[in-house]
Amino acid sequence: MKDFLLIYRADYSTYPSSKPDRSPEEMQALTQKWMNWVAGIAAQEKLIDRGNRLVYSGKVLKSNGSVSDGPYTEIKESIMGYSLIKAGSLEEASGLAQGCPILSYDGSVEVREINAI
Amino acid sequence: MPSDPRMQEQELIPHLFRTEYSKIVAVLCHSFDLRHLEIAEDIASETFLKATEIWGIKGVPENPAAWLYTVAKNKVKDYFKHNAVVERQVKEAMKLNDIEAALEFEFSHQNIADSQLAMIFSVCNPENSTDTQICLALQILCGFSVEEIANAFLTNPETIKKRLHRGRVNLRNGNFQIKGLSDLEVKVRSESVLKTLYLLFNEGYFSKTNDHSIRKDLCSEAIRLALILTENVLTNTAQANALLALMYFQSSRFDARTNEKGEVVLLEDQDRGLWDQGLIERGNHYLVNAYEGKEVSRYHLEAAIAYWHTTPTGENKWQHILQLYNQLILVEYSPVTALNRAFAFGKVYGCEKGIEEAEKLNLNDNSHYYSLLGYLYAGVDVDRAVSHYKQAIALTRSRVEAETLAKEVRRLGERKDENL
Repeated sequence: MKDFLLIYRADYSTYPSSKPDRSPEEMQALTQKWMNWVAGIAAQEKLIDRGNRLVYSGKVLKSNGSVSDGPYTEIKESIMGYSLIKAGSLEEASGLAQGCPILSYDGSVEVREINAI
Repeated sequence: MPSDPRMQEQELIPHLFRTEYSKIVAVLCHSFDLRHLEIAEDIASETFLKATEIWGIKGVPENPAAWLYTVAKNKVKDYFKHNAVVERQVKEAMKLNDIEAALEFEFSHQNIADSQLAMIFSVCNPENSTDTQICLALQILCGFSVEEIANAFLTNPETIKKRLHRGRVNLRNGNFQIKGLSDLEVKVRSESVLKTLYLLFNEGYFSKTNDHSIRKDLCSEAIRLALILTENVLTNTAQANALLALMYFQSSRFDARTNEKGEVVLLEDQDRGLWDQGLIERGNHYLVNAYEGKEVSRYHLEAAIAYWHTTPTGENKWQHILQLYNQLILVEYSPVTALNRAFAFGKVYGCEKGIEEAEKLNLNDNSHYYSLLGYLYAGVDVDRAVSHYKQAIALTRSRVEAETLAKEVRRLGERKDENL
Protein backbone atom coordinates (compact mmCIF):
# COMPACT_ATOMS: atom_id res chain seq x y z
CA MET A 1 0.00 0.00 0.00
CA LYS A 2 1.21 3.48 -0.90
CA ASP A 3 0.00 6.81 0.37
CA PHE A 4 -1.54 9.36 -1.97
CA LEU A 5 -2.48 12.99 -1.63
CA LEU A 6 -5.67 14.12 -3.29
CA ILE A 7 -5.68 17.82 -4.12
CA TYR A 8 -9.06 19.34 -4.88
CA ARG A 9 -9.16 22.34 -7.19
CA ALA A 10 -12.08 24.46 -8.33
CA ASP A 11 -13.04 27.99 -9.25
CA TYR A 12 -13.85 29.80 -6.04
CA SER A 13 -16.19 32.19 -7.82
CA THR A 14 -18.51 29.42 -8.95
CA TYR A 15 -18.11 26.82 -6.18
CA PRO A 16 -21.36 26.59 -4.16
CA SER A 17 -19.89 27.21 -0.72
CA SER A 18 -18.50 30.58 -1.83
CA LYS A 19 -21.66 31.78 -3.53
CA PRO A 20 -23.29 34.59 -1.56
CA ASP A 21 -26.85 33.49 -2.40
CA ARG A 22 -26.36 29.84 -1.36
CA SER A 23 -29.25 28.33 0.55
CA PRO A 24 -28.91 26.18 3.66
CA GLU A 25 -30.39 23.29 1.66
CA GLU A 26 -27.70 23.68 -1.01
CA MET A 27 -25.00 23.68 1.65
CA GLN A 28 -26.48 20.63 3.33
CA ALA A 29 -26.66 18.79 0.02
CA LEU A 30 -23.03 19.69 -0.66
CA THR A 31 -21.91 18.44 2.76
CA GLN A 32 -23.84 15.20 2.22
CA LYS A 33 -22.16 14.64 -1.14
CA TRP A 34 -18.71 15.11 0.34
CA MET A 35 -19.49 12.96 3.37
CA ASN A 36 -20.92 10.16 1.21
CA TRP A 37 -17.86 10.20 -0.98
CA VAL A 38 -15.16 10.41 1.70
CA ALA A 39 -16.95 7.89 3.93
CA GLY A 40 -17.16 5.59 0.89
CA ILE A 41 -13.35 5.59 0.81
CA ALA A 42 -13.17 5.07 4.57
CA ALA A 43 -15.57 2.12 4.20
CA GLN A 44 -12.97 0.46 1.98
CA GLU A 45 -10.37 1.07 4.68
CA LYS A 46 -8.47 3.32 2.27
CA LEU A 47 -8.75 6.67 4.00
CA ILE A 48 -5.75 7.89 6.00
CA ASP A 49 -6.92 11.41 6.76
CA ARG A 50 -10.03 13.08 5.43
CA GLY A 51 -7.93 16.25 5.31
CA ASN A 52 -9.30 19.77 5.33
CA ARG A 53 -10.74 22.60 3.35
CA LEU A 54 -8.68 25.72 2.77
CA VAL A 55 -9.72 29.27 3.62
CA TYR A 56 -10.42 31.51 0.64
CA SER A 57 -7.85 34.22 1.37
CA GLY A 58 -4.09 33.63 1.26
CA LYS A 59 -0.76 35.12 0.27
CA VAL A 60 1.72 34.12 -2.40
CA LEU A 61 5.42 34.88 -1.93
CA LYS A 62 7.72 34.94 -4.91
CA SER A 63 11.47 34.84 -5.49
CA ASN A 64 11.55 38.49 -6.55
CA GLY A 65 10.39 39.45 -3.09
CA SER A 66 6.83 40.22 -4.05
CA VAL A 67 3.98 39.23 -1.77
CA SER A 68 0.56 39.15 -3.35
CA ASP A 69 -2.92 38.34 -2.11
CA GLY A 70 -4.09 34.85 -2.79
CA PRO A 71 -3.48 32.47 -5.64
CA TYR A 72 -7.00 32.98 -6.95
CA THR A 73 -6.55 36.27 -8.79
CA GLU A 74 -4.50 34.74 -11.56
CA ILE A 75 -5.60 31.14 -11.88
CA LYS A 76 -9.09 29.84 -12.34
CA GLU A 77 -8.50 26.72 -10.29
CA SER A 78 -7.55 27.28 -6.68
CA ILE A 79 -6.76 24.57 -4.20
CA MET A 80 -9.93 24.03 -2.18
CA GLY A 81 -8.74 21.24 0.07
CA TYR A 82 -6.94 17.93 0.31
CA SER A 83 -7.21 14.38 1.68
CA LEU A 84 -4.82 11.51 2.24
CA ILE A 85 -5.68 8.02 1.03
CA LYS A 86 -3.87 4.73 0.56
CA ALA A 87 -3.95 2.45 -2.46
CA GLY A 88 -1.94 -0.29 -4.12
CA SER A 89 -1.15 1.77 -7.19
CA LEU A 90 -1.64 5.17 -8.79
CA GLU A 91 -4.38 3.59 -10.92
CA GLU A 92 -6.25 2.35 -7.88
CA ALA A 93 -5.85 5.74 -6.21
CA SER A 94 -7.31 7.50 -9.25
CA GLY A 95 -10.14 4.99 -9.20
CA LEU A 96 -10.90 5.97 -5.62
CA ALA A 97 -10.85 9.63 -6.62
CA GLN A 98 -13.63 8.98 -9.16
CA GLY A 99 -16.94 10.32 -8.00
CA CYS A 100 -15.34 13.13 -6.02
CA PRO A 101 -17.99 15.87 -5.67
CA ILE A 102 -15.57 18.55 -6.87
CA LEU A 103 -15.81 16.98 -10.35
CA SER A 104 -19.47 17.91 -10.58
CA TYR A 105 -18.58 21.58 -9.99
CA ASP A 106 -16.13 21.87 -12.89
CA GLY A 107 -13.26 21.24 -10.52
CA SER A 108 -10.44 18.70 -10.63
CA VAL A 109 -8.67 16.19 -8.40
CA GLU A 110 -4.95 15.78 -8.62
CA VAL A 111 -3.70 12.40 -7.38
CA ARG A 112 -0.07 12.32 -6.24
CA GLU A 113 1.85 9.55 -4.58
CA ILE A 114 3.58 10.62 -1.39
CA ASN A 115 7.34 10.28 -1.52
CA ALA A 116 8.03 10.00 2.19
CA ILE A 117 11.06 11.88 3.51
CA MET B 1 -44.02 -16.95 48.84
CA PRO B 2 -43.71 -20.54 47.71
CA SER B 3 -44.64 -23.01 50.44
CA ASP B 4 -41.79 -25.44 49.83
CA PRO B 5 -38.66 -23.84 51.30
CA ARG B 6 -36.40 -25.98 49.14
CA MET B 7 -38.07 -24.78 45.95
CA GLN B 8 -37.70 -21.23 47.10
CA GLU B 9 -34.06 -21.75 47.93
CA GLN B 10 -33.37 -23.28 44.53
CA GLU B 11 -34.49 -20.13 42.79
CA LEU B 12 -33.20 -17.64 45.30
CA ILE B 13 -29.61 -18.76 45.75
CA PRO B 14 -28.47 -18.59 42.10
CA HIS B 15 -30.12 -15.19 41.78
CA LEU B 16 -28.53 -13.88 44.98
CA PHE B 17 -25.23 -15.39 43.96
CA ARG B 18 -25.26 -13.39 40.74
CA THR B 19 -26.15 -10.13 42.40
CA GLU B 20 -24.43 -10.38 45.78
CA TYR B 21 -21.29 -12.41 45.12
CA SER B 22 -19.66 -9.70 43.01
CA LYS B 23 -20.69 -7.02 45.51
CA ILE B 24 -19.10 -8.88 48.41
CA VAL B 25 -15.91 -9.51 46.45
CA ALA B 26 -15.72 -5.87 45.35
CA VAL B 27 -16.24 -4.48 48.85
CA LEU B 28 -13.66 -6.86 50.34
CA CYS B 29 -11.11 -6.00 47.66
CA HIS B 30 -11.83 -2.33 48.06
CA SER B 31 -11.31 -2.56 51.82
CA PHE B 32 -8.13 -4.60 51.59
CA ASP B 33 -6.15 -4.94 48.42
CA LEU B 34 -6.65 -6.30 44.95
CA ARG B 35 -3.83 -8.75 45.57
CA HIS B 36 -6.19 -10.44 47.97
CA LEU B 37 -8.75 -11.06 45.23
CA GLU B 38 -8.61 -14.85 45.71
CA ILE B 39 -9.11 -14.50 49.47
CA ALA B 40 -12.07 -12.22 48.87
CA GLU B 41 -13.52 -14.77 46.48
CA ASP B 42 -12.97 -17.61 48.95
CA ILE B 43 -14.72 -15.64 51.66
CA ALA B 44 -17.63 -14.85 49.35
CA SER B 45 -17.89 -18.51 48.31
CA GLU B 46 -17.76 -19.73 51.92
CA THR B 47 -20.46 -17.21 52.75
CA PHE B 48 -22.73 -18.69 50.13
CA LEU B 49 -21.90 -22.21 51.21
CA LYS B 50 -22.97 -21.33 54.73
CA ALA B 51 -26.12 -19.70 53.41
CA THR B 52 -27.03 -22.87 51.51
CA GLU B 53 -26.52 -24.99 54.61
CA ILE B 54 -28.31 -22.80 57.13
CA TRP B 55 -31.14 -21.57 54.93
CA GLY B 56 -31.84 -25.16 53.95
CA ILE B 57 -32.54 -25.98 57.59
CA LYS B 58 -33.85 -22.75 59.09
CA GLY B 59 -35.38 -21.15 56.03
CA VAL B 60 -34.37 -17.97 54.28
CA PRO B 61 -33.92 -14.92 56.53
CA GLU B 62 -36.04 -11.83 56.06
CA ASN B 63 -33.22 -9.81 54.54
CA PRO B 64 -30.99 -12.35 52.78
CA ALA B 65 -28.52 -9.76 51.45
CA ALA B 66 -27.92 -8.26 54.91
CA TRP B 67 -27.49 -11.79 56.31
CA LEU B 68 -24.83 -12.52 53.68
CA TYR B 69 -23.00 -9.26 54.42
CA THR B 70 -22.88 -10.01 58.15
CA VAL B 71 -21.54 -13.51 57.57
CA ALA B 72 -18.96 -12.22 55.08
CA LYS B 73 -17.81 -9.57 57.53
CA ASN B 74 -17.42 -12.10 60.34
CA LYS B 75 -15.51 -14.42 58.06
CA VAL B 76 -13.09 -11.61 57.22
CA LYS B 77 -12.53 -10.96 60.92
CA ASP B 78 -11.96 -14.66 61.55
CA TYR B 79 -9.56 -14.79 58.69
CA PHE B 80 -7.44 -11.96 60.01
CA LYS B 81 -7.64 -13.11 63.65
CA HIS B 82 -6.50 -16.55 62.64
CA ASN B 83 -3.88 -15.49 60.16
CA ALA B 84 -2.53 -12.46 62.01
CA VAL B 85 -0.81 -14.86 64.37
CA VAL B 86 0.39 -17.21 61.72
CA GLU B 87 1.23 -14.86 58.93
CA ARG B 88 2.05 -11.58 60.61
CA GLN B 89 5.57 -11.76 59.31
CA VAL B 90 4.57 -12.27 55.72
CA LYS B 91 1.84 -9.68 55.50
CA GLU B 92 3.90 -7.15 53.62
CA ALA B 93 0.90 -5.54 52.03
CA MET B 94 -0.76 -4.13 55.10
CA LYS B 95 0.17 -3.17 58.62
CA LEU B 96 -1.94 -4.54 61.44
CA ASN B 97 -3.30 -1.04 62.17
CA ASP B 98 -4.42 -0.76 58.57
CA ILE B 99 -6.12 -4.10 58.80
CA GLU B 100 -7.99 -3.06 61.92
CA ALA B 101 -9.08 0.15 60.23
CA ALA B 102 -10.09 -1.75 57.12
CA LEU B 103 -12.15 -4.18 59.19
CA GLU B 104 -14.52 -1.31 59.99
CA PHE B 105 -15.83 -1.48 56.42
CA GLU B 106 -19.52 -1.54 55.77
CA PHE B 107 -21.80 -2.91 53.13
CA SER B 108 -23.57 0.42 52.69
CA HIS B 109 -25.10 1.31 49.35
CA GLN B 110 -22.39 3.93 48.85
CA ASN B 111 -19.55 1.60 49.72
CA ILE B 112 -20.88 -1.10 47.42
CA ALA B 113 -21.20 1.38 44.55
CA ASP B 114 -17.71 2.83 45.14
CA SER B 115 -16.19 -0.62 45.45
CA GLN B 116 -17.79 -1.90 42.29
CA LEU B 117 -16.71 1.19 40.39
CA ALA B 118 -13.12 0.74 41.56
CA MET B 119 -13.37 -2.93 40.63
CA ILE B 120 -14.58 -2.09 37.11
CA PHE B 121 -11.53 0.10 36.62
CA SER B 122 -9.20 -2.60 37.96
CA VAL B 123 -10.60 -5.33 35.79
CA CYS B 124 -10.57 -3.31 32.57
CA ASN B 125 -6.80 -3.37 32.41
CA PRO B 126 -5.47 -2.74 28.90
CA GLU B 127 -2.58 -5.12 29.72
CA ASN B 128 -5.13 -7.87 29.05
CA SER B 129 -6.71 -8.53 25.67
CA THR B 130 -10.27 -7.31 25.33
CA ASP B 131 -11.53 -10.92 25.33
CA THR B 132 -9.75 -11.54 28.61
CA GLN B 133 -11.11 -8.30 30.04
CA ILE B 134 -14.64 -9.40 29.17
CA CYS B 135 -14.10 -12.82 30.77
CA LEU B 136 -12.68 -11.23 33.92
CA ALA B 137 -15.55 -8.75 34.01
CA LEU B 138 -18.06 -11.58 33.75
CA GLN B 139 -16.41 -13.56 36.50
CA ILE B 140 -15.37 -10.85 38.94
CA LEU B 141 -17.92 -8.12 38.31
CA CYS B 142 -20.93 -10.20 37.33
CA GLY B 143 -20.48 -13.44 39.29
CA PHE B 144 -20.67 -15.71 36.23
CA SER B 145 -19.32 -19.25 36.56
CA VAL B 146 -16.60 -20.51 34.24
CA GLU B 147 -19.23 -22.75 32.56
CA GLU B 148 -21.54 -19.83 31.95
CA ILE B 149 -18.74 -17.77 30.42
CA ALA B 150 -17.68 -20.70 28.23
CA ASN B 151 -21.30 -21.07 27.15
CA ALA B 152 -21.53 -17.39 26.21
CA PHE B 153 -18.31 -17.55 24.18
CA LEU B 154 -19.20 -20.96 22.69
CA THR B 155 -15.90 -22.37 23.84
CA ASN B 156 -14.83 -24.95 26.39
CA PRO B 157 -14.38 -24.22 30.09
CA GLU B 158 -10.67 -25.11 29.96
CA THR B 159 -9.94 -22.30 27.49
CA ILE B 160 -11.83 -19.84 29.66
CA LYS B 161 -10.03 -21.06 32.79
CA LYS B 162 -6.65 -20.47 31.15
CA ARG B 163 -7.69 -17.07 29.90
CA LEU B 164 -8.93 -16.08 33.35
CA HIS B 165 -5.77 -17.34 34.99
CA ARG B 166 -3.50 -15.30 32.72
CA GLY B 167 -5.72 -12.28 33.16
CA ARG B 168 -5.57 -12.52 36.93
CA VAL B 169 -1.79 -12.76 36.91
CA ASN B 170 -1.70 -9.53 34.93
CA LEU B 171 -4.08 -7.87 37.36
CA ARG B 172 -1.89 -8.83 40.31
CA ASN B 173 1.27 -7.65 38.56
CA GLY B 174 -0.39 -4.49 37.34
CA ASN B 175 0.00 -2.88 40.76
CA PHE B 176 -3.26 -1.13 40.20
CA GLN B 177 -4.68 0.02 43.50
CA ILE B 178 -8.34 -0.54 43.91
CA LYS B 179 -8.53 1.93 46.79
CA GLY B 180 -9.51 5.45 45.80
CA LEU B 181 -10.01 6.25 42.15
CA SER B 182 -8.20 9.39 41.13
CA ASP B 183 -9.08 11.77 38.32
CA LEU B 184 -6.00 10.67 36.43
CA GLU B 185 -6.75 6.95 36.71
CA VAL B 186 -10.27 7.59 35.50
CA LYS B 187 -8.96 9.51 32.49
CA VAL B 188 -6.36 6.90 31.60
CA ARG B 189 -8.66 3.92 31.96
CA SER B 190 -12.01 5.31 30.82
CA GLU B 191 -11.59 4.37 27.19
CA SER B 192 -10.74 0.80 28.10
CA VAL B 193 -13.64 0.57 30.57
CA LEU B 194 -16.20 1.86 28.08
CA LYS B 195 -14.92 -0.41 25.34
CA THR B 196 -15.10 -3.49 27.57
CA LEU B 197 -18.66 -2.69 28.64
CA TYR B 198 -19.56 -2.02 25.01
CA LEU B 199 -18.13 -5.38 23.94
CA LEU B 200 -19.73 -7.14 26.89
CA PHE B 201 -23.09 -5.82 25.75
CA ASN B 202 -22.41 -6.79 22.14
CA GLU B 203 -21.32 -10.24 23.23
CA GLY B 204 -24.83 -10.65 24.58
CA TYR B 205 -26.64 -8.81 21.82
CA PHE B 206 -24.90 -10.36 18.83
CA SER B 207 -23.82 -13.49 20.67
CA LYS B 208 -22.69 -16.70 19.05
CA THR B 209 -24.68 -18.66 21.58
CA ASN B 210 -28.37 -19.36 21.09
CA ASP B 211 -29.02 -19.43 24.81
CA HIS B 212 -31.51 -16.60 25.05
CA SER B 213 -31.29 -16.20 28.83
CA ILE B 214 -27.48 -15.98 28.90
CA ARG B 215 -27.57 -13.38 26.17
CA LYS B 216 -30.09 -11.30 28.06
CA ASP B 217 -28.01 -11.63 31.23
CA LEU B 218 -24.91 -10.35 29.47
CA CYS B 219 -26.81 -7.32 28.20
CA SER B 220 -28.39 -6.50 31.53
CA GLU B 221 -25.06 -6.91 33.33
CA ALA B 222 -23.43 -4.49 30.87
CA ILE B 223 -26.21 -2.00 31.58
CA ARG B 224 -25.86 -2.45 35.33
CA LEU B 225 -22.12 -1.73 35.15
CA ALA B 226 -22.61 1.26 32.84
CA LEU B 227 -25.17 2.62 35.30
CA ILE B 228 -22.55 2.46 38.06
CA LEU B 229 -20.39 4.72 35.88
CA THR B 230 -23.14 7.31 35.47
CA GLU B 231 -23.86 7.31 39.19
CA ASN B 232 -20.42 8.64 40.12
CA VAL B 233 -19.37 12.23 39.36
CA LEU B 234 -15.90 11.13 38.29
CA THR B 235 -17.14 8.71 35.67
CA ASN B 236 -20.44 10.27 34.64
CA THR B 237 -19.04 11.39 31.29
CA ALA B 238 -20.77 12.21 28.02
CA GLN B 239 -19.39 9.00 26.53
CA ALA B 240 -20.69 6.86 29.41
CA ASN B 241 -24.15 8.40 28.95
CA ALA B 242 -24.00 7.81 25.20
CA LEU B 243 -23.00 4.18 25.73
CA LEU B 244 -25.83 3.65 28.19
CA ALA B 245 -28.32 5.25 25.77
CA LEU B 246 -27.10 2.88 23.07
CA MET B 247 -27.54 -0.14 25.34
CA TYR B 248 -31.08 0.87 26.31
CA PHE B 249 -32.14 1.48 22.71
CA GLN B 250 -30.74 -1.88 21.61
CA SER B 251 -32.26 -3.68 24.60
CA SER B 252 -35.70 -2.26 23.81
CA ARG B 253 -35.72 -4.49 20.72
CA PHE B 254 -34.36 -7.57 22.42
CA ASP B 255 -37.58 -9.58 22.33
CA ALA B 256 -38.61 -8.36 18.89
CA ARG B 257 -35.38 -9.23 17.11
CA THR B 258 -35.68 -12.98 17.29
CA ASN B 259 -38.74 -15.10 16.63
CA GLU B 260 -39.84 -18.12 18.62
CA LYS B 261 -37.41 -20.31 16.63
CA GLY B 262 -34.49 -18.09 17.56
CA GLU B 263 -34.16 -16.71 14.02
CA VAL B 264 -33.14 -13.10 13.60
CA VAL B 265 -35.95 -10.76 12.56
CA LEU B 266 -34.73 -7.74 10.57
CA LEU B 267 -35.51 -4.36 12.07
CA GLU B 268 -38.05 -3.46 9.41
CA ASP B 269 -39.95 -6.72 9.90
CA GLN B 270 -40.07 -6.49 13.68
CA ASP B 271 -43.33 -6.15 15.56
CA ARG B 272 -43.05 -2.68 17.05
CA GLY B 273 -45.55 -3.67 19.68
CA LEU B 274 -42.82 -5.84 21.19
CA TRP B 275 -40.43 -2.91 21.57
CA ASP B 276 -40.05 -1.94 25.20
CA GLN B 277 -41.15 1.71 25.40
CA GLY B 278 -39.82 2.06 28.95
CA LEU B 279 -36.31 1.16 27.79
CA ILE B 280 -36.61 3.52 24.80
CA GLU B 281 -37.50 6.36 27.17
CA ARG B 282 -34.47 5.58 29.33
CA GLY B 283 -32.38 5.60 26.16
CA ASN B 284 -33.76 9.03 25.29
CA HIS B 285 -32.93 10.29 28.78
CA TYR B 286 -29.28 9.26 28.57
CA LEU B 287 -28.97 10.38 24.95
CA VAL B 288 -30.05 13.89 25.94
CA ASN B 289 -27.47 13.83 28.77
CA ALA B 290 -24.80 12.63 26.35
CA TYR B 291 -25.36 15.52 23.98
CA GLU B 292 -25.12 18.22 26.63
CA GLY B 293 -21.49 18.88 25.77
CA LYS B 294 -19.87 19.26 22.39
CA GLU B 295 -18.20 15.86 22.34
CA VAL B 296 -19.26 13.41 19.65
CA SER B 297 -17.76 9.95 20.21
CA ARG B 298 -18.44 6.68 18.45
CA TYR B 299 -20.90 5.87 21.25
CA HIS B 300 -22.77 9.10 20.53
CA LEU B 301 -23.01 8.18 16.86
CA GLU B 302 -24.09 4.61 17.53
CA ALA B 303 -26.65 5.74 20.11
CA ALA B 304 -28.00 8.32 17.65
CA ILE B 305 -28.34 5.62 14.97
CA ALA B 306 -30.10 3.34 17.47
CA TYR B 307 -32.37 6.26 18.35
CA TRP B 308 -33.38 6.75 14.70
CA HIS B 309 -34.22 3.07 14.50
CA THR B 310 -36.80 3.57 17.25
CA THR B 311 -38.61 6.22 15.18
CA PRO B 312 -41.19 5.51 12.49
CA THR B 313 -39.93 5.58 8.91
CA GLY B 314 -40.15 9.13 7.69
CA GLU B 315 -38.81 11.00 4.70
CA ASN B 316 -35.38 11.75 6.15
CA LYS B 317 -34.88 8.90 8.58
CA TRP B 318 -32.47 6.93 6.41
CA GLN B 319 -30.61 10.03 5.28
CA HIS B 320 -29.95 10.83 8.95
CA ILE B 321 -28.86 7.25 9.59
CA LEU B 322 -26.57 7.28 6.53
CA GLN B 323 -24.93 10.53 7.61
CA LEU B 324 -24.35 9.09 11.09
CA TYR B 325 -22.76 5.99 9.58
CA ASN B 326 -20.61 8.26 7.41
CA GLN B 327 -19.33 9.96 10.55
CA LEU B 328 -18.92 6.67 12.38
CA ILE B 329 -16.78 5.11 9.65
CA LEU B 330 -14.58 8.21 9.71
CA VAL B 331 -14.10 7.85 13.47
CA GLU B 332 -13.26 4.14 13.31
CA TYR B 333 -13.29 1.61 10.52
CA SER B 334 -14.96 -1.70 11.10
CA PRO B 335 -16.43 -4.16 8.58
CA VAL B 336 -19.76 -4.08 10.42
CA THR B 337 -19.97 -0.29 10.14
CA ALA B 338 -18.98 -0.44 6.46
CA LEU B 339 -21.74 -2.99 5.76
CA ASN B 340 -24.38 -1.12 7.74
CA ARG B 341 -23.41 2.06 5.95
CA ALA B 342 -23.87 0.38 2.55
CA PHE B 343 -27.28 -0.87 3.70
CA ALA B 344 -28.28 2.68 4.68
CA PHE B 345 -26.90 3.93 1.36
CA GLY B 346 -29.22 1.54 -0.44
CA LYS B 347 -32.16 2.75 1.68
CA VAL B 348 -31.51 6.37 0.68
CA TYR B 349 -30.44 6.07 -2.95
CA GLY B 350 -32.00 2.76 -3.98
CA CYS B 351 -30.75 -0.80 -4.14
CA GLU B 352 -28.65 -0.35 -7.29
CA LYS B 353 -26.60 2.46 -5.74
CA GLY B 354 -26.42 0.38 -2.58
CA ILE B 355 -24.98 -2.53 -4.58
CA GLU B 356 -22.30 -0.27 -6.09
CA GLU B 357 -21.36 0.96 -2.63
CA ALA B 358 -21.41 -2.54 -1.13
CA GLU B 359 -19.39 -4.21 -3.90
CA LYS B 360 -16.52 -1.78 -3.32
CA LEU B 361 -16.06 -3.26 0.14
CA ASN B 362 -14.71 -6.59 -1.12
CA LEU B 363 -15.21 -8.32 2.22
CA ASN B 364 -14.97 -11.68 0.53
CA ASP B 365 -14.65 -13.81 3.65
CA ASN B 366 -17.50 -12.12 5.49
CA SER B 367 -20.89 -13.87 5.46
CA HIS B 368 -22.67 -10.59 6.22
CA TYR B 369 -21.13 -9.06 3.10
CA TYR B 370 -22.84 -11.70 0.98
CA SER B 371 -26.13 -11.57 2.86
CA LEU B 372 -26.18 -7.78 2.36
CA LEU B 373 -25.58 -8.26 -1.37
CA GLY B 374 -28.28 -10.94 -1.40
CA TYR B 375 -30.69 -8.49 0.20
CA LEU B 376 -29.79 -5.65 -2.17
CA TYR B 377 -29.96 -7.84 -5.28
CA ALA B 378 -33.31 -9.38 -4.31
CA GLY B 379 -35.31 -6.67 -6.12
CA VAL B 380 -32.81 -6.29 -8.97
CA ASP B 381 -31.57 -9.72 -10.01
CA VAL B 382 -33.03 -12.74 -8.22
CA ASP B 383 -30.43 -15.21 -9.49
CA ARG B 384 -27.55 -13.13 -8.23
CA ALA B 385 -29.40 -12.57 -4.96
CA VAL B 386 -29.72 -16.33 -4.50
CA SER B 387 -26.07 -17.01 -5.32
CA HIS B 388 -24.96 -14.33 -2.83
CA TYR B 389 -27.21 -15.77 -0.15
CA LYS B 390 -25.77 -19.22 -0.84
CA GLN B 391 -22.27 -17.83 -0.48
CA ALA B 392 -23.31 -16.30 2.86
CA ILE B 393 -24.68 -19.65 4.02
CA ALA B 394 -21.40 -21.33 3.10
CA LEU B 395 -19.42 -18.79 5.11
CA THR B 396 -21.50 -18.36 8.25
CA ARG B 397 -20.66 -20.27 11.38
CA SER B 398 -24.05 -19.62 12.94
CA ARG B 399 -26.60 -22.34 12.39
CA VAL B 400 -29.50 -19.99 13.07
CA GLU B 401 -28.18 -17.46 10.57
CA ALA B 402 -27.78 -20.18 7.95
CA GLU B 403 -31.39 -21.24 8.50
CA THR B 404 -32.67 -17.67 8.26
CA LEU B 405 -30.77 -17.19 5.00
CA ALA B 406 -31.95 -20.53 3.60
CA LYS B 407 -35.51 -19.42 4.23
CA GLU B 408 -34.83 -16.26 2.25
CA VAL B 409 -33.42 -18.32 -0.63
CA ARG B 410 -36.60 -20.46 -0.64
CA ARG B 411 -38.76 -17.34 -0.59
CA LEU B 412 -36.90 -15.88 -3.57
CA GLY B 413 -37.21 -19.19 -5.41
CA GLU B 414 -40.98 -19.24 -4.87
CA ARG B 415 -41.29 -15.66 -6.00
CA LYS B 416 -39.43 -16.49 -9.16
CA ASP B 417 -41.68 -19.48 -9.87
CA GLU B 418 -44.76 -17.26 -9.53
CA ASN B 419 -43.38 -14.84 -12.09
CA LEU B 420 -42.60 -17.51 -14.65
